[in-house]
Amino acid sequence: MGGYIVRRLLQVPGLLLGITLVIFALIHLTPGSPVDDLRLDPNIKPADLESLKETLGINKPLPEQYVTWIGQLAHGNFGISLRNYRPIRQTLTERVGNTLVLTVIALIISLLIAVPVGVLSALRRNSIFDYTATFLSTIGQAVPGFWLGLLLILFFSVQLQKWGLPWLPSGGVQSLPRGGGFADRVTHLIMPMAVLAFPRISLWVRYIRGQMLEVLTQDYVRTARAKGVSEGVVIFRHAFRNASLPLITLIGLGLPGLVAGAVIVETIFSWPGTGSYFVDAARNRDYPVVMAAALFFAVVTILSNLLADIFYGVADPRVQYS
Amino acid sequence: MAETSLTTPTATAVLDAGREARAQMKSKSNAARAWRRFRQNRLALAGLVIVVLMAIMALGAPLISQYITHVSLSKQSLLAKYAPAGTKGSAGSVYYFGTDELGRDIFTRIAYGAQVSLGVALLAATVAVTVGTVVGAVAAYYGGWVDAVLMRFVDVMLCIPSLVLLILVGALVHVGPQILALIIALLGWFGLSRLIRAEILSVRKREYVEAARVIGARDRIIIFRHILPNVTHIIIIFATGAIPTFILEEAALSFLGLGIQPPTPSWGNMLTNALAALYQSPGVAFYPGFFIAITVLALIVVGNALRDALDPRLTK
Repeated sequence: MGGYIVRRLLQVPGLLLGITLVIFALIHLTPGSPVDDLRLDPNIKPADLESLKETLGINKPLPEQYVTWIGQLAHGNFGISLRNYRPIRQTLTERVGNTLVLTVIALIISLLIAVPVGVLSALRRNSIFDYTATFLSTIGQAVPGFWLGLLLILFFSVQLQKWGLPWLPSGGVQSLPRGGGFADRVTHLIMPMAVLAFPRISLWVRYIRGQMLEVLTQDYVRTARAKGVSEGVVIFRHAFRNASLPLITLIGLGLPGLVAGAVIVETIFSWPGTGSYFVDAARNRDYPVVMAAALFFAVVTILSNLLADIFYGVADPRVQYS
Repeated sequence: MAETSLTTPTATAVLDAGREARAQMKSKSNAARAWRRFRQNRLALAGLVIVVLMAIMALGAPLISQYITHVSLSKQSLLAKYAPAGTKGSAGSVYYFGTDELGRDIFTRIAYGAQVSLGVALLAATVAVTVGTVVGAVAAYYGGWVDAVLMRFVDVMLCIPSLVLLILVGALVHVGPQILALIIALLGWFGLSRLIRAEILSVRKREYVEAARVIGARDRIIIFRHILPNVTHIIIIFATGAIPTFILEEAALSFLGLGIQPPTPSWGNMLTNALAALYQSPGVAFYPGFFIAITVLALIVVGNALRDALDPRLTK
C-alpha cells in the first residue's frame, strides 16, 4: 500500500511536465501571436510591438520560452495577465475560494441527494419512485448545464420577479451595495449549485442503484438475512457499505467534471471563480492566463484521481496493488 | 513430417471453412437478436424516432426555410426583433418559435443549426473512433517504446478535462464547422485508445487466438477475424456515447463564443446572447436548448438500449 502510494506520487511530476508541454505546444503551435490584435491599432509603431514582444519574452526561440515558463512556474510565478497586467497568481488565489465553495457544496449536496435516492431506487426496484428517479437521472445527463442555468434564471429570477414573488439573484456571490450576509450568500449560491449538482446526482444515482442491486444478491446479504439480522442493519451495514466503495472512485473521477462544469456555471452566473477567469481570458485571448488556468484545472484533475486511488485502497482492504 | 504436411492444410481449410460459415451465421443471428432486443425497448424506439426526425430536419433545412417558415436563413430585421412565437411576418412568413435579438427566425436557424450541431458531432465521432482505434491497436500491436510513448501521451491528455482543452484551443483559433469537428475529435479519442489497447492485449493472449496461430492462420486472418470482432462492441459503445457528448461539447463551446462563430447558426451559439434577452423574450433561451436536450436525451436512450441489446450476457 505504502509502496503503491509512493509509486503513484512519483508519476505526478512526469504527468505535470507532460501537461505543461501539451499546453505550451497547443498555445504556440497555433498561428498568431498575442500581440497580433495590436497590429490593427494605427497608433502602435512596429518598433513598439518589437519592444513589447521583448518584454513579454515571445521573440525568443520556443524551447527557451518553454524553459523560462517552466522555471517561473516552479517558483510559483504564473506570469502576468496581458489584459490588466496583474500577476495571475494573485487573481487565481483571490478567485479559487469562490470556486471551492461552489464545487464543494455542490459535491456535498449531490452526495446527500444521490445516496438515499440511489439506495431507495434499488430497494424499491421497478416502483414508481425507481422509474421517476431513473428517468430524471437520464434527463440530468442530457440537459446542457448552460441551458439549465438559463431556465433557472428565467424562472427563479425573471418570472418570479414579474409575478411579484420573492426571487433569486441571477448572478454574483453576494448583493452588491450591502450584501454578504449568510442568507444573502446562500440565495446567490442556490442556482449555480443546483446546475452543478444535477448531472452529478444523475450519474451517481444510477451507479449507487446498480451497485446496490448487485450487492443485495450476494451470499453474505442472504446469510445476514437468514440469521435474522434486522432489515435496516442488512441494508446499511452489509449492503450499502460494500456498494459505496465504487462511490469513492466516482467522486474522485467526478471532481474534474465538477471543475469543468464550474467553468460553464461560473460564466452564466457571473460567479467570480477560476472558471469564469479562464473563460474571460480565453475570450480576450489572454494567453498567459489561459495557460495558467488550464494548468490549474489539470492539477486539480491529477490530485483528485490520486486521492480517489489512495482512498479506495484505504477503504477496501481487498484491493491489492501490485 | 510427411503426415503433418499432408493433414495440416486440409485440417486448416476445413476448420477455416467451418469457422467462416459459423461466423457468418453467428453475425447474422447476433445482429438480428440485438435488433429484436432493441425493438422491445419502447423508450429506445421513441428515441430512435426523435433522432431520425432531427436528422430529417437537418437535411431538410432549406425546404423548411422555403415551404414552412418562409424565412430565409440570412433574413434579419431589427423591426421584428423578439417577436413572440407564432407571430406572422411579411410575405406569408410565420415565426413559429419567435425571433431573436436581430429579428432572425428562431425555427429556421434551429433547422440550419441542426446541420452544424449534428454534423460536427457525427464527423467528430467518426474521426475520434478511427484515431482511437488505430492508436490503441498500434500501441497494443507494436508494444515496446511505441506503446509507452503513445500511452504516456494519452495519460497526460486524460488529465486535462476535454472542455478545458477545447476552450484553450477555441481561444486561439476561430474555425469553421469541419475544422471544429476535427479539433473536437483530436481531443476526444484518448479514452477509446486505452480501452482498445487493453482489449486487444487481453484478446491476443486468449486460447483461440493462440490456436489460430498454431494451425497457421495468417496475421490478416487473426487480426480481422479473431481480434477486431472483439473490439467492435467497444467501438459501438464509444461511438454512441461520443455523439451526444460531442454535441454537448460543441454546444458549450459555441455558447461561450469560442466555437462556431455567428452568423453560422449552431444550437449552442444561438444561446450566446440569450441571457441578455431573458426578460424580453424567454423563447430565445428556450427553443435551441430544448433541441439540444431532446436530441442528446434521445441519443443517450438509444445508446443505452443498443449497449444492452449488443451485450450477449444480458439475455432476458
